[in-house]
Amino acid sequence: MSGRGEVMDTTDVVTGGGPGARGEGAAHAEVVELGRGEHERDEHEVVFDVSGVNVWYGAHLAVRDISVPIRVNEITALIGPSGSGKSTVLRCLNRMNDLVEGARVEGEVRYHGVDLYGPKVDPVEVRRRIGMVFQKPNPFPKSIYDNVAFGPRIAGYKGDMDEVVERSLRRAALWEEVKDKLRDSGLALSGGQQQRLCIARAIATKPDVILMDEPCSSLDPIATARIEDLMHELVADYSIVIVTHNMQQAGRVSDRTAFLTVDVNEDGTRTGTVAEFDRTERIFTNPSDERTEAYVTGRFG
Amino acid sequence: MSSIPASETRSSVELALGGRSWDIRGRLFSGALLLALLLSLAILLTLLVTIWEDAWPVLRDRGSDFLASETSSLPERAGVRQGLVGSLILITLVGVVSLPLGIAAAIYLEEYAKDTRLRRILVANIRNLAGVPSIVYGILGLVVFVQALRSATGQASYGRSYLSGGLTLAVLVMPFVIIIAMEALRAVPWSIREAAYGVGATRWEVIRSHVLPYAAPGMFTGVILALARAFGETAPLLLAGAVTGFLATSPGDPLETLQGPYTALPVQVFAWSRLPGEAWVGNTAAAIIVLLATILVVNLVVIVLRTRYERTW
Repeated sequence: MSGRGEVMDTTDVVTGGGPGARGEGAAHAEVVELGRGEHERDEHEVVFDVSGVNVWYGAHLAVRDISVPIRVNEITALIGPSGSGKSTVLRCLNRMNDLVEGARVEGEVRYHGVDLYGPKVDPVEVRRRIGMVFQKPNPFPKSIYDNVAFGPRIAGYKGDMDEVVERSLRRAALWEEVKDKLRDSGLALSGGQQQRLCIARAIATKPDVILMDEPCSSLDPIATARIEDLMHELVADYSIVIVTHNMQQAGRVSDRTAFLTVDVNEDGTRTGTVAEFDRTERIFTNPSDERTEAYVTGRFG
Repeated sequence: MSSIPASETRSSVELALGGRSWDIRGRLFSGALLLALLLSLAILLTLLVTIWEDAWPVLRDRGSDFLASETSSLPERAGVRQGLVGSLILITLVGVVSLPLGIAAAIYLEEYAKDTRLRRILVANIRNLAGVPSIVYGILGLVVFVQALRSATGQASYGRSYLSGGLTLAVLVMPFVIIIAMEALRAVPWSIREAAYGVGATRWEVIRSHVLPYAAPGMFTGVILALARAFGETAPLLLAGAVTGFLATSPGDPLETLQGPYTALPVQVFAWSRLPGEAWVGNTAAAIIVLLATILVVNLVVIVLRTRYERTW
């Protein structure tokens, strides 16, 4: 199966412009080299450089040799069948796996060039700068206001909290719906509103990356569409990584897509690997890996 | 079931859908369950009615005088004041000692301790401790608090003091408090902890700002029930030196009170039940009613608190 090199190659060869290729970000050296001429200015800076990552849960290798560069102001989707380790990979990016007893991460996750698993790195500080939105909306059973204010408050924010709450809720496209009931419980909102509240909570600590773990899986299509629109708005200011089992969603929202597959080991356990990482349109129209093609065309998965 | 005929008519379908109108085994089973319920209720009711019959004349004739009077060798003058006051002081002591310790232990076991074999053994044994007969705790109280620690629990009272009784009951309810608190902590969903960690909370911030506040209603209702159980305990107190008729009250010096001799309502019930004469039977029954009423009030408060603050996830 593909090692790190192969995955990187795929990425670099396909530097065609696409819906996601926007802006003026400073280019990744290698990529400039390969994409010279036609698309030189299309490449955004890499915010997360995941390379050769293995994640173990006890004696079980959950994902093997994951290498995915994640770029600033882009939406990167992780897709693949269940058990392929999409969430596991996502949770490496803000050290959420630290909370799982027996979890171990090998390889390198560089965030703005800093090794996230370096000895001096405080996971609490990591999670403050890298926000997360979860599969099931999980607002705190507190007021809407306190839900948003909790992050800044524990970070020791001393400024105008009302302003932070309003800005975050506006950014999450929820302000108009809740501005008159900020003291009501976050649990009194609808599912879609709760998820937007969670997004507001995540951006209140001013992260530069938002991780989303199947954020729409428990929402109806209308609420899902609102979250997707919101993601398109947010990507101007944030880098977004989204795990989704919904390929159409990946196709609609993401600029780049990593497709993960499952290898069944000799002892019957399953290990996820990246089969292909590329621009989303390429993954969906002209995948180079036949497993990707089988998955995106709906022949399995 | 018979096979369905090739051509269905309305009547054949009606017949087939009718099924067995008499599900004998099902009816027998639910009947047996109902019988078991009624039987246990009947026993309880008989007990209550018998006690009530004996107690009612005393409560009717004496009323609040029965609550306010001290015990006496004359049945018509004896009351439960000392028992009530003693029990209240004891239960306060039990709460002050067992709640902080028990809840702290639960937080450690549930939130901090790694899931090792040692932890599992500890938890299993705490559960076992909750099943140990209370008389065993009485022996422990006698040996440890009354005798070994006499210099602390009260030299003058030979160690038979509120402190000894309270600590014995505190040790008795501790396993319950720990188990109840652990269950309340576990009821706070992992997703809430993840949410708090996700915005950069430390473990302490997650516990203090989220887990504890959300677990508190469940914890306190359960803990109050554990205290109500301690309120009715007799056996350990008999061993740990409760006496009837004495009640140390030194309003000026709380420590002296706590180190002094004590009694409790269930102990008073026990003592009176051994006295001869119709009048004492009535007094004993009336004291039991006072005890039951107190526990009932506590449980009612718990139910009200629970319905008001209970959270569903």
